Amino acid sequence: MDNRASHEPQPQGKRARVRATPKGRQVDPNAHKEIQSLLKGAPRRRDLLIEHLHKIQDRHGCIPAAHVVALAREMGLAMTEVYEVATFYHHFDVMKEGDTPPPPLTVRVCESLSCELAGASRLIRELAASAGAGVRVIPAPCVGRCEQAPVAVVGQNPVAQATVEKVQPLIAAGKTRCPVGKYITYAEYRRKGGYRIAAECLAGKRDAEDLTKTMEDSGLRGLGGAGFPAGRKWRAVKAEPAPRLMAINIDEGEVGTFKDRYYLERDPHRFLEGAIIAAWAVQISEIYIYLRDEYAGCREILERELTALRTDPPCPLPPIYLRRGAGAYICGEESAMIESIEGKRGMPRLRPPYVAQVGLFGYPTLEHNMETLHWVRDILEKGASWFASHGRHGRKGLRSFSVSGRVQKPGVHLAPAGITVKELIEEYCGGMLPGHEFYAYLPGGASGGILPASMGDIPLDFDTLNQYGCFIGSAAVMILSDRDKAAAAARNLMKFFADESCGQCTPCRVGTAKALKLMEAARWDQPLLEELSVAMADASICGLGQAAPNPIRCVAKYFPDEIK
Amino acid sequence: MTAMTKEELAAMPIEFKLNGRDVVGYASETLIQTAKRHGVEIPHLCYKEGLRPDGNCRACMVEIKGERVLAPSCCRKPAKGMEVVTDSARAVHSQKMVLELLLSDLPQERHTLASELDKWAAKLKVGSPRFAPRHQPAADLSHHGIAVNLDSCIQCTRCVRACREEQVNDVIGYAFRGEHSKIVFDLDDPMGESTCVACGECVQACPTGALMPACGAGMIQPDKKVHSVCPYCGVGCQLTYAVKGDKILYVEGRDGPSNHGRLCVKGRYGFDYVHHKQRLTKPLIRKPGVPKQAEFTMDPANPLEYFREASWDEALDLAAGKLKAIRDQHGKQALAGFGSAKGTNEEAYLFQKLVRAGFGSNNVDHCTRLCHASSVAALMEGVASGAVSNQVNDVARAEVIFLIGANPVSNHPVAATWIKNAARNGAALIYADPRRSELSRHARYMLQFKPDTDVALLNAMMHTIVHEGLVNEDFIKSRTIGYEELKKNVAGYSPEAMAPVCGIPAKTIREVARLFAKSKSSMILWGMGISQHIHGTDNARCLIALCMITGQIGRPGTGLHPLRGQNNVQGASDSGLIPMVFPDYQRVDNADARARFEKLWGATLDPKPGLTVVEIVHAILDDKIRGMYIMGENPAMSDPDAHHARAAFAKLEHLVVQEIFLTETCYYADVILPATAWPEKVGTVTNTDRMVQLGRKALEPPGDAREDLWIIQEIARRVGLAWNYHGPADVFNEMRKGMNSIAGITWERLEEESCVTYPCEKEGDPGEPVVFVDRFPTATGRAKLVPVDIIPAAERPDREFPFVLITGRQLEHWHTGAITRRASVLDAIESEPVASLHPLDLDAIGAKPGDVITVESRRGIISLYARADDGTPRGAVFIPFCFYEAAANLLTNPVLDPFGKIPEFKYCAVKVTHGGELTPRSSYGGGQTLARRQIA
Repeated sequence: MDNRASHEPQPQGKRARVRATPKGRQVDPNAHKEIQSLLKGAPRRRDLLIEHLHKIQDRHGCIPAAHVVALAREMGLAMTEVYEVATFYHHFDVMKEGDTPPPPLTVRVCESLSCELAGASRLIRELAASAGAGVRVIPAPCVGRCEQAPVAVVGQNPVAQATVEKVQPLIAAGKTRCPVGKYITYAEYRRKGGYRIAAECLAGKRDAEDLTKTMEDSGLRGLGGAGFPAGRKWRAVKAEPAPRLMAINIDEGEVGTFKDRYYLERDPHRFLEGAIIAAWAVQISEIYIYLRDEYAGCREILERELTALRTDPPCPLPPIYLRRGAGAYICGEESAMIESIEGKRGMPRLRPPYVAQVGLFGYPTLEHNMETLHWVRDILEKGASWFASHGRHGRKGLRSFSVSGRVQKPGVHLAPAGITVKELIEEYCGGMLPGHEFYAYLPGGASGGILPASMGDIPLDFDTLNQYGCFIGSAAVMILSDRDKAAAAARNLMKFFADESCGQCTPCRVGTAKALKLMEAARWDQPLLEELSVAMADASICGLGQAAPNPIRCVAKYFPDEIK
Repeated sequence: MTAMTKEELAAMPIEFKLNGRDVVGYASETLIQTAKRHGVEIPHLCYKEGLRPDGNCRACMVEIKGERVLAPSCCRKPAKGMEVVTDSARAVHSQKMVLELLLSDLPQERHTLASELDKWAAKLKVGSPRFAPRHQPAADLSHHGIAVNLDSCIQCTRCVRACREEQVNDVIGYAFRGEHSKIVFDLDDPMGESTCVACGECVQACPTGALMPACGAGMIQPDKKVHSVCPYCGVGCQLTYAVKGDKILYVEGRDGPSNHGRLCVKGRYGFDYVHHKQRLTKPLIRKPGVPKQAEFTMDPANPLEYFREASWDEALDLAAGKLKAIRDQHGKQALAGFGSAKGTNEEAYLFQKLVRAGFGSNNVDHCTRLCHASSVAALMEGVASGAVSNQVNDVARAEVIFLIGANPVSNHPVAATWIKNAARNGAALIYADPRRSELSRHARYMLQFKPDTDVALLNAMMHTIVHEGLVNEDFIKSRTIGYEELKKNVAGYSPEAMAPVCGIPAKTIREVARLFAKSKSSMILWGMGISQHIHGTDNARCLIALCMITGQIGRPGTGLHPLRGQNNVQGASDSGLIPMVFPDYQRVDNADARARFEKLWGATLDPKPGLTVVEIVHAILDDKIRGMYIMGENPAMSDPDAHHARAAFAKLEHLVVQEIFLTETCYYADVILPATAWPEKVGTVTNTDRMVQLGRKALEPPGDAREDLWIIQEIARRVGLAWNYHGPADVFNEMRKGMNSIAGITWERLEEESCVTYPCEKEGDPGEPVVFVDRFPTATGRAKLVPVDIIPAAERPDREFPFVLITGRQLEHWHTGAITRRASVLDAIESEPVASLHPLDLDAIGAKPGDVITVESRRGIISLYARADDGTPRGAVFIPFCFYEAAANLLTNPVLDPFGKIPEFKYCAVKVTHGGELTPRSSYGGGQTLARRQIA
């Protein structure tokens, strides 16, 4: 009998072999050294993971696997914790062995609705065909410049009304930085009375209760889309035990919305003063600002102005941290944004508990859209009744409408709340584009539904559109003309939702993908889509999944002829 | 009115309406749990009892009156007056749609017999899905134990939570987003190439068969399921064997008090050794002329080359007859026995009784000598009890966990999970060990101190505590003796003076000392890094003193916990498998104790403590011991300076070995008695937490193999003892008469509850998880503090032998490898002998990772593969002692700790060179079993 079985050849397949290292990937000493130098002086805290990933992406144009492993070691994280975060965000390109690294330059072309209407698809095709080696052209979700549609972003340099002719020279010249326009600087802002109220507050010359009351009386509501009364939110958070934090949402990703960028590019201190006042009134210990990565110009402004503010503070300041998003629409959802600030995948949290109770780092958190804070100073200077005195058709207040699509003058238009879309087009937007007839409109970005022109006399405000299965949200109004189709718009939106779904809950993750498939058919399976819509609206975790069926249902309801 | 505690709040009844009925819920439960208690079933997939509810699948949506959208009943808690409907058309619509969406993406062919998705779809009558399926990913069959079929994945993240939140192995991630969201291992690597440690918790958690035991084991319906205990480490995890015919199909974790359903790779995938074709199934008698010498090896696949088969009668007559003859001719001291920490308490008890009452001496020992003898010596001296004061999962109640000289992620994996859980929940983990491990990442302080400098580090910590006034004076005054001497002694050990000795900055030593002393509850756990030194007892004395001067004992989340190595090393020691003591640590030289056992056993007993493991080896070479009976131990592999030990066993006139495989020790046997593996018998084992647990029989022994208890009794009868035990319950009942600690534990209670913690002196006592609450079981009731000074290792590195050799275990392999290297999955994962070195050291000797290197000490030389591991300190080489092709113990130094008589396995001098000749592999190991299984 053969007693030396080991001399038999081993069968192929799962053959045992010597493992020359402990299990799994090992830290590459060179990558580790590089990470240490990239992170020099920076804390290794978990919440800074996305910031640190940006450092690698900015340096290499991608994130090599070896750097993921080294970063994990350096931060005391498991490598998969770094990997799952990095792969969640559009702006990180994780490269594994054998992957081709992306070319040095990326041109992102916005393919969201307004840009699509303005010919984004063709632009992508043409740019891709003409771009040489060293450039990749990829479609991107709304970049927040809908009034300039179609938009291409060369590196970080946005090109308005982009054409191949406009983009090519920028690529050739390597002009990839976002230019910064003229805006009200810190000195200028203070010279014109800025930070006076904030200073008074911090000097004890104001009464927090009075101030909160003024905010309540003004009727100012959260302008990110949910419309929660701002003053009431202050009161609610203040009632929670300290420490309390503030998180400011400038992740402006809702398709068609660009008002925050508009204000930030012109008057960046106004919301900062609002934030400092709110922090004082609510006794907030730290302020976090979350800025979408697409707004590179705004980031430069904010970095610069925060430095100016800290260098010569008008009053004692709480710590203010500026955090950079990484390309994820869902991070505009308040709890997803908090997750992202904590350095995690931007997956919305289940509520209850509410962010006001258990928010950032587990602390009660006052979360505001940037624009909400933008109005604090004006309301306090001019009084609650000033803000409430505006309004039309029985509604009160002012709204910053981001208007895009087939109008003469797209842009941010500050108009009375309650204005109808027809009034908005005529009075503020210079009417429809020549040759275009008003056909339909989206009153509130991608999720607010689609209404026909025949319903263009509804006052646009919180609560007024609900009965039609729509909402105003962030007041992103997109105008379609007779050359457009509501069904095509709905498809464009569903593709956006499917791409941007965080992937956490079934109705949204699977539902958006299945809905998109069904909507790609010439004739929609309406009963099934409706069944699906009901479950998505009822059972999704957050507003994305809950509102994603709005376009489907609007098309079915208001544009039935398009899908028969 | 005083504020209510959390517990009181959780117990407050909450009245609300469920499907129109008035029901009572509690703040501690979620709606789905309240509903279940009231007989209302709600479909669910991502929710699993024991895992944090995540609420992602949305199958359990219910309607709550007044709310805009539906709510996940797995996450929502009841509130007073709430009106919840689980079966309205609206709720059911979403429940069914969720199931349909998930079903539409599942493949036709299932990978499990127990898909929870299919179960709920059938219950809710969800028909064929109407949606187009997704693009399906390919199967990942890269792992030896686990099949990954993500075509069945529903992204419920139960595996993620099992891996990350329960086991805290942090291998599984949820990557990408939207419909591309994907369960990944590390960086989306094949599972078999990832850092996965194959604890299998993800498999246990998966509801749809996306993660399953490899090779389709989960697709066979078992005949029966048998509850038992894991046969590997001292954690004592409860498990369930799924059995089909005479084969174990797979193993599942059971909700036992030490594991709560968790297992590690050994417990879950290390079971098929029982079916290995090399099992001994007939009694064997050595053939005349087969040589006995240290270097002699055999092929375990081919025992008949060296032995002939015999009947049980013939074998037993020969085995016992020759032992008896030696006793009668050369005296009682001429025999010795090694019992096993892998057997049951009943076996250990009967074995030591046989040696004491039958052979007539106390020459009985077992591998506790090689693992925690020094810890036990120090504990007996200090607190008169060798067992732990607090149970492992008490770490959940500790503010500070001080873990030193242990590698629980490899050696006590489930204990490590409790430590990791505690650290995640905010406990400060101070981890002191010369080797960095995966646990280090979870430590607030990782003290990678120089090997052999434990006393320097610990005395410096005590110095800080004493000199900064952080001692607990009340405790010292009321509960200890010897503080003044200790104080005087540590005066000379300032952190500043010790920093260069132990390699930890003085500032850090001071910080951790303060942290330990000041916390409300600090708990110390240690392993063999402490005990396996010539100063092992001194090391443990320092830990005891550290604990006492800070008063960190006697409360939950405090105390002393030596992590016991083997599944029954605690029980075997308790049962008297120790040369100095009878069961329950009653000294043989104590007349009262002796009288007690002489009465109980009806025998005259030797008042002189017997010889320990290594002493027995020396006594053989000195011709003092001539015959031995070894049950389930493999000293030819596990003893230090193994060549020397082997020479001793070869010299024995008569050696009887009771085994399940032809081990290295069997090479020297005259008679081999084929015994039972763990799942083939009934008996109790005692884990590191003092939990006595019942193992149940799942299989019949193969061939003519017999239960160990029967074999011991047959030997006993033949050496003149008129025993007549009817099975383990009978033996256990006798043990209760001699052992106060377990006197209150009845066999019936064990059958009912599977587990009882001792001390349990009276029937019905609950058992005491925390001991030493107000006194120590010493004569004075106080703990004794013993000052110690630095004693260097016996053999320090020098020019010729410049490296330090550290031996130990690795995750997949158990002790000497006799079992685990025959368990197909374990063998396939760690198939070859390896030595771990720091990559820079490897570089320095000119070797690349994976190259063959040669390690030589003054006692032996072995060649094996090099593994680059930057967790190994510079100047050290770590070798697991489980590989027969490169037995680490050929190199180790047999010097002993003077008190515990434990050898210095953790330190000797070696040289390491590139290259060398590998010993050819024998008929097991190297992945052979799995390879064969797959061909078949």
